[in-house]
Parts: sequence; structure tokens; C-alpha cells
Amino acid sequence: MKLTDISHDINEWFSGAGPLADIVVSSRIRLARNLADHRFLGKCSAEEKAEILENLKAVLMSLNLGDEVFYISVDKESDLNRNFLVERHLISRHHAMASGPRGAVIARREFFTAMINEEDHLRLQVLKAGCQLSACAEQIDRIDSMIEEKVDYAFSPRFGYLTACPTNVGTGIRVSVMLHMPALKMTGEIDKFLSAAKDMNLAVRGLFGEGTEAASDLYQISNQVTLGVSEKEIVSQFENVIIPEVADYEKAARSQLLTKKSDTLDDKISRAMALLQNAHLISSHEALFLLSHLRLGLNMHDHMGASTPAIERLCALRAKAKADERNALNIRTINRLFMLTLPAHLQLNHGKSLDPTHRDALRAQIIRDALDQQC
Amino acid sequence: MKCQICSKRTATIHLTEISEGVRSEMHICEYCAAEQGIAAQSQMSINELLSHLLAVQPSDEEIFGPSEADQACPSCGFKLERLRKEGTLGCPLDYQVFEQALLPLLERAHGGKTTHCGKVPKRIPKDTQKLVELSQLRQQLEQAVRGEDYERAAKLRDQIKQLE
Repeated sequence: MKLTDISHDINEWFSGAGPLADIVVSSRIRLARNLADHRFLGKCSAEEKAEILENLKAVLMSLNLGDEVFYISVDKESDLNRNFLVERHLISRHHAMASGPRGAVIARREFFTAMINEEDHLRLQVLKAGCQLSACAEQIDRIDSMIEEKVDYAFSPRFGYLTACPTNVGTGIRVSVMLHMPALKMTGEIDKFLSAAKDMNLAVRGLFGEGTEAASDLYQISNQVTLGVSEKEIVSQFENVIIPEVADYEKAARSQLLTKKSDTLDDKISRAMALLQNAHLISSHEALFLLSHLRLGLNMHDHMGASTPAIERLCALRAKAKADERNALNIRTINRLFMLTLPAHLQLNHGKSLDPTHRDALRAQIIRDALDQQC
Repeated sequence: MKCQICSKRTATIHLTEISEGVRSEMHICEYCAAEQGIAAQSQMSINELLSHLLAVQPSDEEIFGPSEADQACPSCGFKLERLRKEGTLGCPLDYQVFEQALLPLLERAHGGKTTHCGKVPKRIPKDTQKLVELSQLRQQLEQAVRGEDYERAAKLRDQIKQLE
């Protein structure tokens, strides 16, 4: 399979579907595992890394995951292809930039990735649209158990699954939810949320994980404690307590926007529509924020029945959309524009590398064309 | 507040230095900070954070005595100083070899917890499975006692006795 087979559309987990979809974009669970009879990667020679890679690749490719799987030799791929995989959240930035033999086994529908030789020998991840952590947990546990039948994981009765970094030891689980929280930012309450999350021992990161900013008002919130709390407890606390609370917080901010700051809301949505429909050069950063405001407007209309002059204009644009579902102005289309105009996606789909100005021009054109179809 | 170096831009970086009991402050802008080689880093990776955290802790010698600090893992040759620098261990055996040194770090990173609770591989020997079960039951017993749920504590105590 070629990367261009998947690069022209978005993956299922980014489709804008699932429970609490107006705020929760996606749910992800990751497990960190290491083989018992090998050193951690920092102490491995290239030969030992290659041996681990071959062993785990063979095991993973033999599993029945209910979908076609393909393998990518991450170390042999071009920078562009590696960046593409990072943009699609199929591998981490760390995996893209690491050195030595490493690879990824990916399910065709992109709900599952196994990164081999990332920071640990094996990092499994399952992704789903909306708030679906229990379903992610069930699926990743099943996959992990299938692997466990074929390899011996490094495990200690006292410390659980042993990982290269002691911050992941125990269950090795990292539960992560991507949230769209533009209203908290507009009402100036995002800092309050960030410090509350810190107090609850949660990590909040930007769109592409550690060290990245919250582009497009998307935040990833994840657990930090992996030792002494079971997988079930962590998942249940996230799904039943933390995420609904955070979602309520954002919902309250959206209501506040409607009642007290509707001018601010309308200004953001109207500017986003005007710029996206007319700009001829647009950076990825700017496009992400403008698309975020369109997403907010549509979600507030569909989930809260919000009706302001700008939201009405946005919905009028949507009403004119052609019958073709793929081109309708909905959350899926906005997410598609969002992902397909990221730098590596643009270049891969264009068939060659482009300098930033050409990328900005192409991005603006793709967005203009998509919005023009609505008129 | 204006930058103390260029006197033009707003000072966004505030440095406090205490040297020989004397405190001095410096307020500069990001541009001048970069010129002076002072990086303004807003976000750190967990590994970086960990190595920074470890760097401000007492030295290995202070905590474990000279022999512990120099100790090397017989399997991979890993020494504790590497954890300070890179935030990662050398091999699975290190958790056993450096257990005492790791406990305070694990406690800090995992909200006071130091014993695994959760999934156990099916392929591990029966004896090890029993050990895990015992350790998890002891943890639950501790929680039950702390929560003054003595009925549950008594049940857990019986389960532990039976397993032992």
C-alpha cells in the first residue's frame, strides 16, 4: 500500500462523529511495552534494534486485526513521508525523528498503529472518533493480549510492565482525548482550565503532542500516573468524570458567548468565512484557527440550537451545498480541509515538495474551492 | 517593564540570581535573551522535565552513599547518572538493581504509588502471578483501612492469608 492511498481523505477517527463530538474530537489509548530479553533502546546497538524490529514486525503482521495492515520502515522513509505520518497521528514526532532501525504497523482504516522502536520496543495505539475510551481500551487490550501470547514482555510483580522511562511504568497506559475548546479561549478562561488540569495530575498538550502548541484550539488531555492505578480505573475516571466535566466547562463557555459575547463570536466566525473564502495565501497556522471558528459555529448551531447573524450566514452557506455528501459543508468537510492542507499532506498530494509560499497559495486555493462549491 | 539591555522592547524574561547570599534581578526581552544565550523554553518534554527534576535533587552520593552511586547494572552497565541526563533506564533489570534509588522518583511521578495495579501477562510463571495478586490485595487492604472500611479490610486480610 502507498501513502497516497490514504492521503486524499481523512481517517475515521477524525470524521467528527462519536459521543460528545461537538467538543471531543477523538479518543486515543496507547500502551508502552518492552521485550523481556532485550535491553531498552538507549542501550541497544543497531543490530539489536534490527532484531527487535524483525521479531515484533513478524508478530504484528501475523495478527488478525479485522482490517488490512501495512508496514512502514520509518527509518527508510523520506522526511516528507515521516511528517505525513506525524500529521495523521499514525506515528509520534519522537518516532519520526529517532535514529536506527524502526517501523510502524498500521491498520488500513488507521484506528490502530504499532510503533516499533520508539522510546520503548513497542508502543501500541488505538484511536476512535469522539469520546469512546472504553471501546479503545477494549480493543487495545485484545490486541495486546494477542501479542502477549507470542512474546515475553518485560514485567515485574512489583512495578508491572517495565518501560524505558519510569514515568510510564506500571500499566504503561496513556489515555489521551483531543478536545476542541475555542469558547474557553474566547472567554479568557482557558488558563483556568489549564491550571485545574495540572492540579488534577493531568497533562495538557497541543495538537501533535509533547511540546506543540494548541493549534486550532485543539488540546490533548492525558493521564500522567501509570503506576498503582488499574487501566480500568484510569479509563473510567476519564470517560465518566474528567471528560464530561471538561466538556461541560466548554459548553458553559459557549453559552456565555451566546448570551454575553455574541459580537465576539460573530466577529470570529464572520472573519473566518471572509478570509477562507477570499484569501490567496494562507499559512497552515492561520487556516487551522479559522477552520476552528467555522467548526465552532456549525457545532453551536447543531448541538445548542444557536442562532446569531454569523451562524445563520454560515448555515445558509451550508444549505446551498450540493447533494454530494463529500462536499457538503459539515464538520467532516472542515476536518478534511484541516488535515489535507497540513504541509506534508499538501506536498504528498501535489506530488512534489513545495516552498512555504507555494504551499500557502495551494492551501488557500483548496479551501476557496471547497467553500465556493457551497455557493 | 522595558528590557534592561535594549531599553526598547518589553521585558518578558525575569531572572533572579542569588550568589553568596546576594540577590540580583534582571528583566530582559526574548530577543536580548536569545542574544545572551538564555533560551526561553515554554514547554519541555517529559524526559527533559524528568532530567531537570533529577538535576535539582540531592546527588546520588548524598542519598545512597558512594557505593550506590557508582553501582553499575551487571546486565547492561547502566549507572544512575544516566537517568539524570536522559530520563531513561538501560534494561528491565535496572528496576531491580536500582529499586531503592527509583522508589522516591516513582512516588513523585505516580502520585505516591509504587506498586503495580492492573493487567498481568498470562505467560508469566504461576508463582509470579501469585506475587502480583498478593501485592495488589495488600494495596487494596491499605486503602480499605485508610477509608475505615473494616468489613472489606477483614475480607481482604482473609484472602491474603489464604494466598500466602
